[in-house]
Order: sequence, then C-alpha cells, then structure tokens
Amino acid sequence: MSDFTMPSLGADMDEGTLLEWLVKPGDTVQKGDLMAVVDTSKAAVEVESFTDGVVESLVVEPGTRVPVGAVLATFAAAGAEPAPPEPRKRPSRHAAKMPVAIAEEPLVSSPLVRREAERAGVDLATVTGTGRGGAITRADVAHAAAPPAVPAAPHARPSEGRRGPARVTPYARRLAGELGVDLDRLPAPERRPVRATDVRAAAAGSERPAPERPEVAAPAQADRREEMRRTIATVMARSKREIPHYYLTLTIDLDRALRWMRERNRDLPVAQRLVPAALLLKAAALAAAANPGLNGFWVDDEFRPGSGVHLGVAVSLRGGGLVAPAIHDADQLDLTDVMAGMRDVVTRARAGRLRRAELSDPTITVTNLGEQGVESVHGVIYPPQVALVGFGRVTERPWAVDGLLGVRPLTVATLAADHRATDGFTGGRFLAAVDERLQSPEEL
Amino acid sequence: MSAKHRQELLRTMVLIRRFEESCAELYSATRIRGFLHLYIGEEAVATGVMSALRPDDAVVSTYREHGHALARGVPLDALMAEMFGRQTGCSRGRGGSMHLFHKETHFVGGNAVVAGGIPLAVGLALADRMQGRDRVTACFFGDGAVAEGEFHEAMNLAALWRLPVLFCCENNRYAMGTALAKEHAQTDLALRASSYGMASWPVDGMDVEAVEDAATRAVEEIRGGGAPVFLELRTYRFRAHSMYDPDRYRTKEEIASWRTHDPIPTFADRMRAEGQLDDDELVALEAEVAGLLARAVEAAEQAPREAVEDLTRFVTSTALTNTAAGR
Amino acid sequence: MTTVTTVEATYREAMREAIAEAMRADERVFLMGEDVGSYGGSFAVSLGLLEEFGPERIRDAPLSESGFVGAGIGAALGGMRPIVEIMTVNFSLLALDQILNNAASLLHMSGGQFNVPLVIRMTTGAGRQLAAQHSHSLEGWYAHIPGLRVLAPATLEDARGMLAPALADPDPVLIFEHGSLYNLAGELPTDAGAVDIEHAAIRRSGEDVTLIAYGGCVGKAMAAADLLAAEGSSAEVVDLRTLRPLDDATILASVRATHRAVVVDEGWRSGSLAAEVSARITEQAFYDLDAPVERVCTAEVPLPYPRHLEEAALPQPETIAAAARRTWEGG
Repeated sequence: MSDFTMPSLGADMDEGTLLEWLVKPGDTVQKGDLMAVVDTSKAAVEVESFTDGVVESLVVEPGTRVPVGAVLATFAAAGAEPAPPEPRKRPSRHAAKMPVAIAEEPLVSSPLVRREAERAGVDLATVTGTGRGGAITRADVAHAAAPPAVPAAPHARPSEGRRGPARVTPYARRLAGELGVDLDRLPAPERRPVRATDVRAAAAGSERPAPERPEVAAPAQADRREEMRRTIATVMARSKREIPHYYLTLTIDLDRALRWMRERNRDLPVAQRLVPAALLLKAAALAAAANPGLNGFWVDDEFRPGSGVHLGVAVSLRGGGLVAPAIHDADQLDLTDVMAGMRDVVTRARAGRLRRAELSDPTITVTNLGEQGVESVHGVIYPPQVALVGFGRVTERPWAVDGLLGVRPLTVATLAADHRATDGFTGGRFLAAVDERLQSPEEL
Repeated sequence: MSAKHRQELLRTMVLIRRFEESCAELYSATRIRGFLHLYIGEEAVATGVMSALRPDDAVVSTYREHGHALARGVPLDALMAEMFGRQTGCSRGRGGSMHLFHKETHFVGGNAVVAGGIPLAVGLALADRMQGRDRVTACFFGDGAVAEGEFHEAMNLAALWRLPVLFCCENNRYAMGTALAKEHAQTDLALRASSYGMASWPVDGMDVEAVEDAATRAVEEIRGGGAPVFLELRTYRFRAHSMYDPDRYRTKEEIASWRTHDPIPTFADRMRAEGQLDDDELVALEAEVAGLLARAVEAAEQAPREAVEDLTRFVTSTALTNTAAGR
Repeated sequence: MTTVTTVEATYREAMREAIAEAMRADERVFLMGEDVGSYGGSFAVSLGLLEEFGPERIRDAPLSESGFVGAGIGAALGGMRPIVEIMTVNFSLLALDQILNNAASLLHMSGGQFNVPLVIRMTTGAGRQLAAQHSHSLEGWYAHIPGLRVLAPATLEDARGMLAPALADPDPVLIFEHGSLYNLAGELPTDAGAVDIEHAAIRRSGEDVTLIAYGGCVGKAMAAADLLAAEGSSAEVVDLRTLRPLDDATILASVRATHRAVVVDEGWRSGSLAAEVSARITEQAFYDLDAPVERVCTAEVPLPYPRHLEEAALPQPETIAAAARRTWEGG
C-alpha cells in the first residue's frame, strides 16, 4: 500500500517539520482529506492525502524535521487491520543534504597550485601556505621552487614579489618571446611599463643585442642562479640610478654587550645561547623604531613609513645569490626570539622554503658581512626601502675609554640611507641609537 | 441548452479540475517544480468564455492559465509535458506552468507579470483592426491587475481606438493574499472599467452558463461594432495562491461557504435535475478523464528533454543553435 | 566610371525618409508614438508623414509608454511591422516591462512559436542642457538583454539605411538616435538605402591606437583623432553601430593591429557597454595589448543642467585624446 510522504510545499522547500497529526491509525481517509499540519520555513500548512485508504501507522512524531519525500505515515490496504503504532527509524535530518561538515577540513591547494607544484617539482607537503586559512598559494609554490634573489639588500616592494622589470605589457611580453628578447635584461623604463617598442628596440640591437638563447635549456639550478643574478643586477642598478645614497659610519665598543652575553649564555643550553649578531639585529631594530624616518619605503615621490619594524636579514645562499627575509616586528621580540627568528630564516632561506611575506615586506635591512671578515659594509639600498644597515666583523682593537687605553671588541656600524627620505642628521641619530642600545645590553 | 453542449462544458470543467489536482500531487512529490498556481474553483470562467470564442480568435492569459489552455483546446499531453519541462511541452518545456503558449489555438501565452499581457492583447486587436480581420482577442487577468498602471493604459488605448478586445477580469477577491477591499478604493471593478467609456458588466463566475451567455453577447458586440467589452467574472479560488499557502488572509468559513457554489457539482446537479446527466455518465466521465491524465503523465515522463546544446536556441529567430556571441 | 549624385540632408531628414520609404514599401509598417502625428514628432522626425500616410498609420498614442509599446508588441505578433517611437530613453523605462519581459522573452518562452518583429526608436544622450531626466544614455542597459538587437546610427548613411533591415529582422530591434545628431548635415547619395546591421565600421584608419565609439561619441572620437594627428599620432576610429550583438571581429582586428584601445561611451562607466567592450578585448586580445584598455565615459552623476557641468561630465575630444596618450606615455 502507498505511503504518505512529506510533500514539497514550495519551490524552495527541501524539508519540513511535522507539527500535528490530523488523523490516527485506523482512520479512513479519502483523497483530498487533510492529514497533518506541516511547518515550512514560511508557515504552518495543512497537507492533504492524495490517495484513499486506511491509516496504518504514523511514522513520524510531531516536532520532527524530515526531508521532502520522507515517509510520514503508511496506509493499509482497504479492510486490513491497522497495525499498532510502531516507531520506525527516522529519516536523518540531513539525509537529503550535501555533507557540509567536510568544509571544516582546510582547503589545501587549488588545481593551479597542484599543477605548478608538479611542474616545479615541489613537494606540497613541505610548503607552508600563506593563503586564506593556510592555503598554499601559487606564490608559495614559486618561492619554494626558487627563492627570489636579493642583492646585498633585501627584496622587492612591499606588495610585489615580481622579478624582472616591474611591469611589462602583455603584448610586449609576447613579442619578447617571439623575438627572443630577454625581458630581464631590458632596462626598466621610468614610470611606465616595458612596451612593445622597448622590446623591438632591443631586438633590433639598437641599444643592446639580445643574447642568443641556448638551444638546450641549462639545468634548472643554473637557470635559477642566473635569474637571481640578473634580478640583483636590475634592482641594484635601479637603486644606484634612482637613490641618492649617503653613508655614515660609527665604531661601536661591544665590550659590555659581549660580556653580558657571555654571562647570560653560561646558564643556557647550547641551543638557546645567543650570538653577537642577535644583539646587533635587536639594537638595529630598536634604533629603527626610534627613528621611523629610516623605517619604510619611498614610493611615488614620498616616504611611507613601515607599519612595524620588519627587519630584513641578508642571507647569502650556497651556490651564490642573496635573499633578505624579514623578521617581523623585530623591535618587539626579546633576544631569544630574535635569535630564533634569525636561525629560522637562515635555515629556511638556504633550504629554499621562505614564505612570500617574509621576502616581500622588510622595512629596513641589515647586512652582517662581518662573518666574512670584512671591517665595514657600505651597502646598496634595496628599493623602495630607504636604509641599509651594515655591521663589520668584531675585532679587538686598542680603544680609549674615559682617558684609559684598553683592548676592546669593536665593530664598525654603517648606514646607507636615501637622501630623499632623510638627511644625515637622522642617520647620525640612528647610529647613535644603535650604539646606545648596545651599551645597555640587559635592556635589549 | 442541448444536453450534448452541456456535457461538453461539464467535461471541460472536470478535465481542468482533475488536471489541477494531478498537478498538486505531482508537485508535492517534487516531480514538477517552479511556481504552480491552480485554477480549482474558477473552472466555469475559462470554460464559459472559451466556449464563446471562434477558433481564429486570440487568447492572452496569466500565470494561472492551465484552465484557460485546456478550455481553449491546447492538447492535454502538450500541457502536461510542459509541466515536466519536456521537449514535447507546448512551449518546448522552456516556459513551464506560468508560460503556456500554443500558436495553433492562438494561445498567446501565460504572462507572469501581473497586467503585462493586457497591452499585448490591445496590440493583437490593433493588428486585427488594421488588417481588416473580424477576430476578437480575449484577455484574461485578475482583480490584482486592475491596480496596475498597465491595465489603465491598455484600457484607455483599447477604448480610445475602439479595438476588438474582450477583457476578462477574473475577480477571485484576492491579489495573492490581499483582499479586494484592501487594494481598491472602488471595489466595483465593472464600474471602474465603464469609466473608460466601454461596455462592462459583472457576471457570476461560478456559473458556467452565465459566463458563456455573457461572453457570447460580449463577443457579438465586439465583432459587430468593434469596441471592447469588459466582463467582471466574480469567482473564487479554493486553493492557495501558489500551490500551498497558509491561508492566513481568509477564513476557513469563507472558503467553505464559497465551496457550496462549486461550479462543477452545481452544474452537474442542474443537469441531473433536467435529466441531462445520470450517475453512470458521471462515473464514465471521471474514468475517461482519469485515463487521459494517467496517459499524459506517463507520456510526459518519458518525453525527451531539450538538449543542453540547444540552451540558447530561440533567443532570436536566427539563433537556431547556441552561439557564444549570440544576442 | 559612374557618378554618384548626392543631396544635402540632415540626420533627421534621413531618418524621416527611411520611415516614409518603409511605409510606402510595406502596408504592414506603421509609426506609433507620442505626438508623431499632428505635432510632427517631438524631434520633428515624422514631420509631414501624417499628411502622406494618414492617422491610422501615423498613429498618435496617449502618454502611456507601457501601453503603446505593449500594443506594438501585440501588433507585431498579429502580423504588423510597427515602428514605435519613444520620446527619450529615460521615458522608455516606463515600458521596460514590455521590452524585457515580453518583446525580448516571448520567442524563447514560447519555445520558438511567437517572434516579435518590432522596431522601437528612441532618442538618447546629452549635450542639449536637458538635465537629469532627458539626457541619459541607457542603451548599454538594453544591450544587456538577450533577444534584442540594438542599433546606434551615427552617420547620415546609417540614419537612412538602418531602419529597413531592422524592419526585416524577425525579432525586436531598438534604434537609439542621439539627440545631438538630428541636425547633423551632409551629403547623402540620392540612391542611399539599406545598410548592413551586423558589423562595426572603421570610420578612420590609423596605426597607433583604436578609438572605439558609437552614436553621439563617434564624432568626438573623430575629433580626438584629429587632435592626435596634429601631434603625429595616428588613431583608428571604430564605430560600433550595432551594440548588440557586438561585432567582436572588427573590434579585435583593429586592436590587434594597433595594440592599444580607448573605449568611448556616453553611458556611465560602472557596468557600462564600455566595460563589456573592454572585457572582450581583454579576453580575446590580451596578448596583443601594449597598454591597459582605457575608457572614457560619462561622469557618474545624474546629468546637470548648466552647460559647463554637462560638458565636464561627458566624453570630449580632449579627454579621448588624453586617454589615447596614456596608452603610450605613463600608466
């Protein structure tokens, strides 16, 4: 015999709540008789039977929400004894719905990302996602495959992580491919994108001959190195062309700082011990916070202060090239965290696993070539940043303090700064601040 | 009136009633979808008016038009297939319940914008006038349409240009859920129509013969003199506005009282009293209609669907197949 | 060698002659609208036609846009070939229900049974200090609607020649006549007749940039091209002519040759026809672009009455030329 089911009471109704039975088992009903009251999301509606019959059992209790089509009651064949009401398994409330609970599992990667990862040979399991909800973005894959190069200074503009000339029109890019012109070697035009005319000029050899493309692609590693080299070339050339640098130097006595550090390290396990570079970075970060004119970017003919001190740390890569990932809000971190941050970015930089944001948003960069033995660094600013801080190696030298000559550990701190953004006075105050902080190491 | 003619009227009304009941059941079982506006209670109106028309007359209808289409003679199978959205539907499945069209019977559509079809009917009549045809265009709309600007614009045009339109206002007392008195300052709709300078009179829309008589007289007038006529057909829908509604806007007592005027049993009783119908004939009629409907449902379910490749077909007369840039 | 004889004519006269010719050629054609008869048309397009064709076929309609546009649709369904005139595109909104829900939808909704061979003409555009209820350019809205063909004659030839093919179209066609063009005068061949309504036209050839315009902006684009030529740059001017369906091929061929595009549209920028043209260029000619597509549209303001404000709101030859320059200078 047929069943009485939850009817669809409107185009938008997928489920309904049985509010009330208007019949009981044993009742004889005719087509059109009212059977029950059903609550849609809009209203309570009396629903009818579309068949004649005797109600056998009421399957669903009042108050139950069921999908359209679910059996609400059964009819017995005419004349049959109605069975006693018997609870039947209720249809699941969500039986007719898509399983939405799956959405709790984070979205990991898009088809595009998976394709790019496969192409670049990147294992997505090793990539840290920076997208919404930790999703791996295309940029994450690109960085995992080839950390963008950075010269003696850090990476690109805060919002961009692109290599090569800043902007190339689609047609120019296509034309470059057709004419065999290497876009990375084109000079970046002033305040406009690279256009087809630039590419044609390069192809015609009027300015610089386009290099022959090797017939066989070089190994990826070499390609990447070459690419990084070219990026460094482009960006540094732009920096030297556009930025009027000024340079300041200050010799800093590290006696107190290092003494304090050794004292502190004595009580700590090796893994947590500090190295001098951590103190220098922290001091530079605090000085940058105190001199915001040096912490930020020169964009569209004006200085835009950075939001927070994101200290770029220049890291030379094995096999050549440089990156300068940021330690975010370095001025807010305690020394242990600065130390950990430094270790972390160096390790990951060398493993090629930096996050995009780390590479793209330093507000000021520190290079510590002291490790290589040089005494001072007069660096090239990475545009659009406006300052680059350098520390030479720590050497013991004769040094007079309070009229007494002694042997002290010294480092030469340098500042290369953009004269458009600041004057030497600000730069001097910055270096003095670095010195001052290093004289009170316990406050670092 | 002859027994045979009366039996035809009864059969049409029963066919409409059972078709609508069948739709309600199919809808509840989610076998047909969209909006579904049933005509149950109003069968006498469509049946009576259509009976007064000639085959070459045109009909413009509303979204509550299953009854109009059936009474007009649109094939049952094509109507049921349209409910199912199939290729064999009278609009190839593209219109659905609210947009039934049928060129052969000059059934120019279910229009689902209230009053949207009225100017169209005026234009059809204008074409007839300009081309010297003595055709009448019957235009159906409800009491709700009388509040629309398009109604008044079209009434004025038809009266001004003395066009052959039969305006059939199906006054079922509710514009969706708004009672007549809540939406009209003057609830005598025939009186309002007469202010346009056209003949208009109210009719008992629950009595198929009263409707037929009025429509026949009106059509004669129109065909003879060309000026439009307005009929206010007072009727009642027994079911909800669209498939189901909670009937918050009217009482059970009101519905029950109108059900005592149900046009089908009323008319059947009259026929019985005059010896033109017996129980056997009624049972046979019901059985015949039930059989037709069962076959129509079965045929509709088995009918092919439009190919998705043909999605953009009929957007323009030249676009017989999908073109990406088609207009 | 054949000699072409020409007559002096205005855009208004060309349009009038097109209507008269269509009515002489086909009994089913009639003109219906507000004041098309005794008054001679609100823009004098139908002046004199009442005398020739009589009040049945030059049919004055009461002020009921929805009513007489709907009646036009019904008459088209009934076998006539109506030309319905709406005074301005702003007023056409009163008939939008009929145009969209009936004219454009009936064929599809009826599964191919009922086509609507109707022509609706209306004035569009600004430039005559008519303020915010008589000046807008809403043809882009109509170009959004499947089922319609939308035309924008910008020249005397098109004013003269677009009506006949529009009447021959089995489906509804909207013709937008820019109000500033009615007095446009020039030479028209005496045997001028039907033109094609499928394709855009190159109004001026050039190499450095494509200026894409229609209707009242075509002349402005031509003036902009003159300005650019004086500076040594050569601009190509594409007149869209048919706003729906758009002739992608002509637009793209030009952009692929010049690699730069400026789209000029008297509609408002947001959601405009210019946006659609720009999107199609980006979709189909991205790798040919040597600069972002530029748009010159009307300022997003209900058009104000004072001349200086109206002029500032509308695309002008200078602003079009400036947009062209941006495609090779900065930006």
